[in-house]
Amino acid sequence: MDNPPDSTAQHKPRIRWHIVLFLAPAVLIYTAVMIYPLFNTLRLALYDQVDQQRVFVGLQNFRELFGDPLWSDQFWNALGNNFWFFAIHMLIQNPLGIALAALLSHPRLRFAALYRSAIFLPTILSFVIVGFAWKLILSPIWGIAPGMLEAVGLKWLYQPWLGKEEYALSALSLISVWQWVGIPMMLIYAALLSIPDEVIEAGEIDGVTGMAAFWKIKLPLIMPSIGIISILTFVANFNAFDLIYAAQGALAGPDFSTDILGTFLYRTFFGFQLQLGDPHMGAAVASAMFAIILIGVCLYLFGIQRRIRRYQL
Amino acid sequence: MMKTTTAILAAWGALSGAAMAQDVTLSIESWRTDDLALWQDTLIPAFEAANPGIKVQFVPSAPPEYNSVLNSKLEAGSAGDLITCRPFDASLALFDGGKLADLTDLEAMANFSDVAKSAWQTDDGAATFCVPMASVIHGFIYNKAAFDELGLEPPATEEQFFAVLDAIKEDGTYIPMAMGTTDQWEAATMGYQNIGPTYWKGEEGRLALIDGSQKLTDPQWVEPYATLAKWAPYLGDGYEAQTYADSQNLFTLGRAAIYPAGSWEISIFNEQADFEMGAFPPPVRAEGDTCYISDHTDIALGLNAASPNADAARTFLNWVGSEEFAGTYANALPGFFSLSNFDVEMEDPLAQEFVSWRGDCEPSIRSTYQILSRGTPNLENDTWGASVAAIKGSETPEEIGQRLQDGLASWYEPQQQ
Repeated sequence: MDNPPDSTAQHKPRIRWHIVLFLAPAVLIYTAVMIYPLFNTLRLALYDQVDQQRVFVGLQNFRELFGDPLWSDQFWNALGNNFWFFAIHMLIQNPLGIALAALLSHPRLRFAALYRSAIFLPTILSFVIVGFAWKLILSPIWGIAPGMLEAVGLKWLYQPWLGKEEYALSALSLISVWQWVGIPMMLIYAALLSIPDEVIEAGEIDGVTGMAAFWKIKLPLIMPSIGIISILTFVANFNAFDLIYAAQGALAGPDFSTDILGTFLYRTFFGFQLQLGDPHMGAAVASAMFAIILIGVCLYLFGIQRRIRRYQL
Repeated sequence: MMKTTTAILAAWGALSGAAMAQDVTLSIESWRTDDLALWQDTLIPAFEAANPGIKVQFVPSAPPEYNSVLNSKLEAGSAGDLITCRPFDASLALFDGGKLADLTDLEAMANFSDVAKSAWQTDDGAATFCVPMASVIHGFIYNKAAFDELGLEPPATEEQFFAVLDAIKEDGTYIPMAMGTTDQWEAATMGYQNIGPTYWKGEEGRLALIDGSQKLTDPQWVEPYATLAKWAPYLGDGYEAQTYADSQNLFTLGRAAIYPAGSWEISIFNEQADFEMGAFPPPVRAEGDTCYISDHTDIALGLNAASPNADAARTFLNWVGSEEFAGTYANALPGFFSLSNFDVEMEDPLAQEFVSWRGDCEPSIRSTYQILSRGTPNLENDTWGASVAAIKGSETPEEIGQRLQDGLASWYEPQQQ
């Protein structure tokens, strides 16, 4: 029974103060600017202003938001638009990003660095610049879009896209895709580069080459990255506001066809033109947005993330 | 010895008190960033020369953020002494919240009519809280060269109006009318509120809507939408994606012949257009009808209730209500018409044209601004979308009227019977 003396048992477990010290700035700042405002918003949503007095009204604001047609029509319209906005990103931006990454990682592609920079460049531009530039490009009066279509004999295809209810949201979604496609491209590109050559070579020996190698070997290996990109896209899209505001204003014209939860929240909370802001109803909208994002992220974490197989290479 | 010291101290105190009084600096909050040069180069020097001891600073913030910036500054107690007032409810809310001082007993208030003051009064008219500065008038500005070229006369009736538009369209050189629907307010303000008063007989209809005796489904409120729908073919290709700035540029570059305008465009157009411009009021429906114009009370100046320099600020406000200010301001900013009772001589011919309509036509203010935009949904904001829908034809005028009426009746009691 001559156990060697356990070194840890002789010392009392020490509180490692340096960890607390190093974490403190981040925790304090994060609490002050994120966690406290979040809970305060949730609290604010339970009150209302009656005759200059703040009154506790429980879930009344939410009942109005979901039940009163004046509010719920706008809310569901914005939510529906948000899903369409998200769908276009999922169906176009992410597959496109993967395809671009696959092309870029091709060993025989020349000028890869140039393409990579060119495609990534829009992500560092401000929303205001992107919104304004595209408004100008697509403008029926000064824009180059009508002229370019005319040059190839397709003028009849031209529409004032940003001004028509049926196209405006899709047009803006595609502009957003143009701006952000560089992000999934870079993430997937990094994932593809990290696949060891041995795996690809082993596949080649078994006769899996070309496209089959991509579908059968590379794609399963980058699945975790695709999962992360999807959830990032979801959170970003349901928090989106800037592009719509920059291009279409707070009323998300034409006729609210580009209204998403972000612009709806802005109008409700801060007011617009003669509409005075309503912080309590605004907080209710913000809480609803928070709930939607939370549900989405939970579905992903528990429904999808746990099923993605991870390969240890 | 002791006495002398006390005397010296007292004298020093009195002197420094006097020196302090001479050092009062007033600052003005405003959304008119465009007017910075005007205030600094013309208005403030004129006031300071006449009132030694009071200095004034003009510190505007960007128009879209003005309301929220001002509200948070007032909450925090860091707002300036003088507050530029938006008309009606935005300012009324500030007064009710105790942020703006009551100016009813200010001497200069005698220089303004009741209508001029109505935008900055409590609903019963008992208290006035801002000194009216200017109003803007709606109408149509046209390209005189283009009209001469095509042999056209400014129209007086609606029938003539559409005949003129047809003639311009037929000729094909010019886009008949420059207006877009992207910014939405353009269609409502320069469209609906411009031609509308002719239908609802200006103040008569506006007040009837407020007391609930007329409804937005009544013909006089629906028909302007039907007329707007007839504008669409004359607005040029792709007007759906044309912004307010696009419309201004189309007109000043000489590509469009008529521009549905607010008088505030005058100074910008004078700078940009190199052709002669004329103006005509909104056309009447039949020959000989009374014409109605939107002469909208737009801008005023109030006093921050928490200002430590209230006396100096009142001196300044009395000057803002004076004849001298009225003349200087109206001439420096043609298109912002003085609301005072003084006879203001204006040099700009286009501005004179606009203001001359006050003599022939019945003035009214925008129908959605007083009281009716106090709740949610907000009638003014709703009217923006409604005017666009009317022009595009995506809703019939009757559907629009019903929708607006339902929205208004949902919170406004007099409309609920």
